[in-house]
Amino acid sequence: MELEHFKYDNKIVKYFAIATVVFGLVGMLVGLIIATQLFLPQLNLGIPYTTFGRIRPLHTNAVIFAFVGNAMFAGVYYSMQRLLKARMFSDMLSWIHFWGWQLIIVAAAITLPLGLTTSKEYAELEWPIDIAITLIWVVFGINMIGTILKRRERHMYVAIWFYIATFVTVAVLHVVNSFEIPVTAFKSYSWYAGVQDALVQWWYGHNAVAFFLTTPFLGLMYYYLPKAANRPVYSYKLSIIHFWSLIFIYIWAGPHHLLYTSLPNWAQSLGTVFSIMLIAPSWGGMLNGLLTLRGAWDRVREDPVLKFMVVAVTAYGMATLEGPLLSIKNVNAIAHFTDWIIAHVHVGGLGWNGFMTFGMLYWLIPKMWGTKLYSTKMANVHFWIGTLGIIVYALPLYTAGVVQSLMWKNFNAEGFLEYPNFLETVTQIVPMYMMRALGGLLYLSGAIIMVVNLVKTAKQGSFMAEEAAEAPALEKKKVVGGHWHSALERKPVIFTVLTLVAILIGGVIEMVPTFLIKSNIPTIESVKPYTPLELHGRDIYIREGCNNCHTQMVRPFRSETVRYKGEYSKAGEFVYDHPFLWGSKRTGPDLHRVGGAYNNVWHYNHMLDPTSTSPGSIMPPYPWLYENQIDPGLTAGKIKALRTVGVPYEEGYEDVANQDLKAQATEIVTDLKSFDVEIPETAEIVALIAYLQRLGTDIKAEPTANK
Amino acid sequence: MFKHYFEQVHNVEIWPIISLSIFFVFFVGLLVYVLRIKKDHISHMSAMPLNEDDPENDLTSSR
Repeated sequence: MELEHFKYDNKIVKYFAIATVVFGLVGMLVGLIIATQLFLPQLNLGIPYTTFGRIRPLHTNAVIFAFVGNAMFAGVYYSMQRLLKARMFSDMLSWIHFWGWQLIIVAAAITLPLGLTTSKEYAELEWPIDIAITLIWVVFGINMIGTILKRRERHMYVAIWFYIATFVTVAVLHVVNSFEIPVTAFKSYSWYAGVQDALVQWWYGHNAVAFFLTTPFLGLMYYYLPKAANRPVYSYKLSIIHFWSLIFIYIWAGPHHLLYTSLPNWAQSLGTVFSIMLIAPSWGGMLNGLLTLRGAWDRVREDPVLKFMVVAVTAYGMATLEGPLLSIKNVNAIAHFTDWIIAHVHVGGLGWNGFMTFGMLYWLIPKMWGTKLYSTKMANVHFWIGTLGIIVYALPLYTAGVVQSLMWKNFNAEGFLEYPNFLETVTQIVPMYMMRALGGLLYLSGAIIMVVNLVKTAKQGSFMAEEAAEAPALEKKKVVGGHWHSALERKPVIFTVLTLVAILIGGVIEMVPTFLIKSNIPTIESVKPYTPLELHGRDIYIREGCNNCHTQMVRPFRSETVRYKGEYSKAGEFVYDHPFLWGSKRTGPDLHRVGGAYNNVWHYNHMLDPTSTSPGSIMPPYPWLYENQIDPGLTAGKIKALRTVGVPYEEGYEDVANQDLKAQATEIVTDLKSFDVEIPETAEIVALIAYLQRLGTDIKAEPTANK
Repeated sequence: MFKHYFEQVHNVEIWPIISLSIFFVFFVGLLVYVLRIKKDHISHMSAMPLNEDDPENDLTSSR
């Protein structure tokens, strides 16, 4: 057979690697800043753009899509070319992918601090950026599938399957979760409402973890770990089972993010069952990784690449055991909405994704620059400071989570809440927030040491942009026989379709009943659409990212119905919530029953200086809400958009809506005036107060609600 | 409650049976295939990340 000569494209890998490092540092730094703001709220410098609610999404988006995303692309572009013995399908597509992705990141870094957000976690970017993400993702997919089609290696190695699954699933998740109706150039409302929106969001959110943070990195593990250990993966058979069972089961588990919420019970149970089943494939993969090192454990002592990878795979194992346990309802009852979850995701993020990336970079950079690592000693320092960072980060937060949750639930002998003031449970854990920030600082310091080491490594070597290779062309003759899977490994398109089918089954079975069967979301007659002023207020709530710290979901526990002085939240209460704002973390108290709980002037003073009404509060002040004015010109557009997605505003209401808006504002302003507070009717705080006073009151008004 | 929601779907009894069948067939099929797979194919596949480098390309004299 004739040998073909070709070149591997290392330049694209280099660029993605640089982007990984740069955005990694930025993302971690923002994380450190928001961690510090939790005990030092003044660190936002009193301006909106650096306030927790706006830059917490910046942190999550930066580390997920910029740091881990670029690391994934660097790793995929390097390994895929070599596993398929082919250059990437198109250099132009590679570069469109690279620059397009970086532009999206920059767009995120600009829009999120400006408060342009959909509020849906890890999907906060507004609709024009959503469209850009779709296009660039398709470019990545074409480039990948194109490379697979022109490969010189008949069979696809397991890493490639994981890459294909990543591409297919993230595409489906992103498109389905991003259905939204634009209101202005950078404002949209989710197509779905309330319970349905929550279900779609967490089907997306959970599987973003699965198919953006897990499957591509498992692919990387199956390539770089054998590479670094210089021995084949422990069991290739296990990797086949690992792959199919993981993608088949993962997609069902999303509802475990919504246990004890208003989501129908059957969907919650489905999420629990599949989450527990997930232990099997996850641990199969973890053991497959660790056992690859059998007989080579002595090398782990010397080689920093292996050290990082061993801790990464171990962290994966811990996080994927913890996840299913957290999906058991009675564990979830304690852990949900607390810092336990933050600790859990950071074991995965810092341990699995971070350390896997570091290990990969320590291997890739010397390789592509044709040299040895500048300093093994520095890499070892990075390893230890990073490991210590993870521990110092996670342990205090586990403690904080359990302590706070137990305080929330603690009743005294007289049958009253032991800590009726939410703030007591917050001040208790502030020292743990401080320790957590220290952990983050250690981790970031380690990453900086790595950057120095890698730059020095690159300087002492010379970069080889084009790496010559040769391989025989793939014979065109039809290969028959073999088992169905080895046949599958030869047929990438069928493989991709089967992957798609595997992930669609779970998604469809979860969602179709929730959307089609009316009784899943019992309607409540007294629940009415928001007034125009409340709509403006709700959009301010979304802009400021209030949902990052406050939930709107009173769970059916006595400790919650007593604390929040109202009934637990019902599915029917959220039918006009585009998007839903249930939140996932209670850094502050739940707000679903806050309507009517305080008078207007309390809210006025509280938002201006939270410590004036709640001494010791760690909530930042929002002085700009008193200066900024709402734009009544947007009212009509908001109402029309919401009517399109099914909110029953009467035809023509948009023309008279501003009269209602003015009337309601006047009422609030007059009430405030009786407390000697002067504020213009169009001030944003007035709209926000209107929204907060509305929250959860619909069923208070009508005690005989149809449940 | 679970039952109440689903009673309104036509022929709902068949759903869990279909689901169970899908899972059963899928995993049994996967297991049967994996157990019957030939050894030389497995060793070919698992050696893939290691075999790719031509010695002349290998600048670090391999790890």
